[in-house]
Amino acid sequence: MFNSLSDRLTATFKNLRGKGRLSEADVDATVREIRRALLEADVAVPVVREFTASIKERALGSEVSEALNPGQQVVKIVNEELQTVLGGETRRVNLAKSGPTVIMLAGLQGAGKTTLAGKLGKWLTDQGHKPVLVASDLQRPNAVTQLQVVGQRAGVPVFAPEPGATSEFDDPTGDPVAVARDGVAHARAKLYDVVIVDTAGRLGIDEALMRQARDIRNAVNPHEVLFVIDAMVGQDAVNTAKAFDEGVDFTGVVLSKLDGDARGGAALSVRSVTGKPIMFASTGEGVNDFEQFHPDRMASRILDMGDVLTLIEQAEKQWDKTEAERMAKKFTDQEDFTFEDFLVQMQQLRKMGSMKKMLSMMPGAAGMREQLENFDEREIDRVEAIVRSMTPHERVAPKIINGSRRARIARGSGVSVSEVNQLMERFSQAQKMMKRLAQGKGVPGMPGGIPGMGGGAGGGGKKGKAKKKGSRSGNPAKRAQENAAIASGQKPAATGSAFGAQSQQPDPESLNLPKGFEKFLGK
Amino acid sequence: MVIFGTMLLRKPKAPKGGYQHTRDIDDIPSAEGDVLVEERPATTVERPESALGRMARLRGRLSKSNNVFGKGLLALLSRERIDQDVWDEIEDTLLMADLGTDASLELVENLQKRVRVEGTQDPAHVKAMLREELLQLVDPAMDRTINSVGAPGKPAVVLVVGVNGVGKTTTVGKLARVLVAEDKDVLLGAADTFRAAAADQLETWGARVGVATVRSEHEGADPASVAFDAVQAGIDQESDVVLIDTAGRLQNKAGLMDQLGKIKRVVTKAAEVDEVLLVIDATTGQNGMTQAKVFAEAVNITGIVLTKLDGTAKGGIVVAIQRALGVPVKLIGLGEGPDDLAPFDAEQFVDALLD
Repeated sequence: MFNSLSDRLTATFKNLRGKGRLSEADVDATVREIRRALLEADVAVPVVREFTASIKERALGSEVSEALNPGQQVVKIVNEELQTVLGGETRRVNLAKSGPTVIMLAGLQGAGKTTLAGKLGKWLTDQGHKPVLVASDLQRPNAVTQLQVVGQRAGVPVFAPEPGATSEFDDPTGDPVAVARDGVAHARAKLYDVVIVDTAGRLGIDEALMRQARDIRNAVNPHEVLFVIDAMVGQDAVNTAKAFDEGVDFTGVVLSKLDGDARGGAALSVRSVTGKPIMFASTGEGVNDFEQFHPDRMASRILDMGDVLTLIEQAEKQWDKTEAERMAKKFTDQEDFTFEDFLVQMQQLRKMGSMKKMLSMMPGAAGMREQLENFDEREIDRVEAIVRSMTPHERVAPKIINGSRRARIARGSGVSVSEVNQLMERFSQAQKMMKRLAQGKGVPGMPGGIPGMGGGAGGGGKKGKAKKKGSRSGNPAKRAQENAAIASGQKPAATGSAFGAQSQQPDPESLNLPKGFEKFLGK
Repeated sequence: MVIFGTMLLRKPKAPKGGYQHTRDIDDIPSAEGDVLVEERPATTVERPESALGRMARLRGRLSKSNNVFGKGLLALLSRERIDQDVWDEIEDTLLMADLGTDASLELVENLQKRVRVEGTQDPAHVKAMLREELLQLVDPAMDRTINSVGAPGKPAVVLVVGVNGVGKTTTVGKLARVLVAEDKDVLLGAADTFRAAAADQLETWGARVGVATVRSEHEGADPASVAFDAVQAGIDQESDVVLIDTAGRLQNKAGLMDQLGKIKRVVTKAAEVDEVLLVIDATTGQNGMTQAKVFAEAVNITGIVLTKLDGTAKGGIVVAIQRALGVPVKLIGLGEGPDDLAPFDAEQFVDALLD
């Protein structure tokens, strides 16, 4: 079974190796796979049709005929097109010149409007604004209570004069339009500079509720109307978006639940159908899980190409700076890597969330999808248990671990001796690897593929290579990030190119890990 | 970091010890069980709508939600000649119902084969064939009853799970009404201790039909303990069915999925879990498949509830799920009214698609 576009393209281009140029049939085959990938990412059918047609046109044109790696070239075109469609420039929130800025939220039931209100409030507060949330969702039972709780969690005041419905059986009391209008007046009086109006969730076809939303829109005259849509939504995204566009004429889109593993093709559908920009992404249940939308990342996500940037950002957020510095120093001093260090690193890794997900975000993860599928998150716990069953002395000097110590460790951690042996084996390999890195040599066998990891013949993925060639930024922080990208870009080099289309010679630079690597450790 | 990743992944063989599934042999629901809705007797507290009335409304709503789909197909099939373009468009139409690429392709291929074999160009005939094929995909022979009879002396335990915002709490409330209408003694467990005011919402649903809700005193309590208390109370009060509402969780949150596994394990200490219902929103696209797979792995789902079918969404993903996992769609939610939960009927579902 092929899981991702990269997998399938690898298969499609297996026979293309060395051909150099794309025939029309080849383009057709690629476009078919791309169509499938887009459909599986829930991009709406009409949008897919239009999109693939333009891809085909571009791919058949001059651009590709000059390409050395046709498969990658097509994917590059697709990626570029996707990014263009998803929104060239970042759009900022329109703020009012005077008086409070009014932001209205609209969307289907369960899209995450109320939660988003809190997040948006928190985000604006962090930007130095003074927002207030207005509870105009009097329809859904306990929506007002929920907004109050959310507001409390986010530290944003809530304007809720009406209790709203408290159960499915109450008739909604109060006038949401009046609440919204009062909310704006309240903000003006109390000098809040942003008003976020939470409205009732509704079906696209529910005329009454849609009219209510339009009334609210007319009453408060919002500067921004944000349409909240679930990243998991399927083909219905087009209908919903159209209905809301006609209903409330939204000005921007928020993609919610992007922390799930949905590929989020809805983003593309909504954007192409309505032409409205996607402004924010909501990525979790916490009030801080909210970010500006990144079209480039979304493009690779829709295509299922791995998301290195998010990975790096996550790493940077979570990585303990002092610990990283200590590691980096150790590294440059060519000290031995011990189990103690290993334990610390592992804990840091775990802070970043699911190991499986992190590894799968790396481009080229496709080649080892099977290993990833088989990888048990709990394996990390088991490894930790083994290390924790060692004495401090053993952790620092693993060499002293003899047979009887191994037996003891195995008993202590509830695993078999052979598992302890395996860990020791892998650990000593890693130790060697670190040593070689520190000495400025390449990782033995790295470009040739790690045994048992599968993947095609060696050769860096296009992505990693492009970055390597790019100029380094003068800004240290940015530079560190670039380098980090390079460092993690080594992984695909190890596991075979994402497309396996080319068999290029190992790039000498890709062997030269240390520079990027130590930066990645945070130095 | 790369190295650690490599270290952990780099194994001579698949992880030893295997994956500790929360799945047990005895978790498989027994085949027998009450038919969910046959005749609907009047209830004491409220009088839910009769099954017949429900079905009529369901039909109306379904065809409303699907008319674009159905009409589109019919128009296509009514053309004089059926060429490749038409087939492509049929495929697109199926895709637009969120049926998924595999299921759509298979359906079109089967249909094409049959049309060629039978040598027919008659649209009515082709339509009948399409109906048959669709029906075959939906598989009416599956057991779609809710298992509402527990082990002797124990209540039947129904666990309701799903991602955020699909309508789990509402489904539990509506299901309670259905069961009360069947003269079952129902108890609700508010194991959604995360979302603000979820327990209140459930309590209101219960109070309406005279059903008690077991909940925790404070927000953020251990959901497994609340669920256990609910089942224990169910045993003590000799209830027939205990419905447990859980917090919404995205399937890729390993920690939350573990928590769900724990809820089930802990509940099993008091009574077997007889039914695990996965609630899926009809607007969900291909991600629904991942949801079903992961939830099936964590708690072995036995049925699917398809909600929000009253919009423009078609919920075709459940067909794909059923096909891949063999988990039947048991109930559908067709609106916001308290009695808008109806048993899933394959024939009617398909007919509504084609009408």
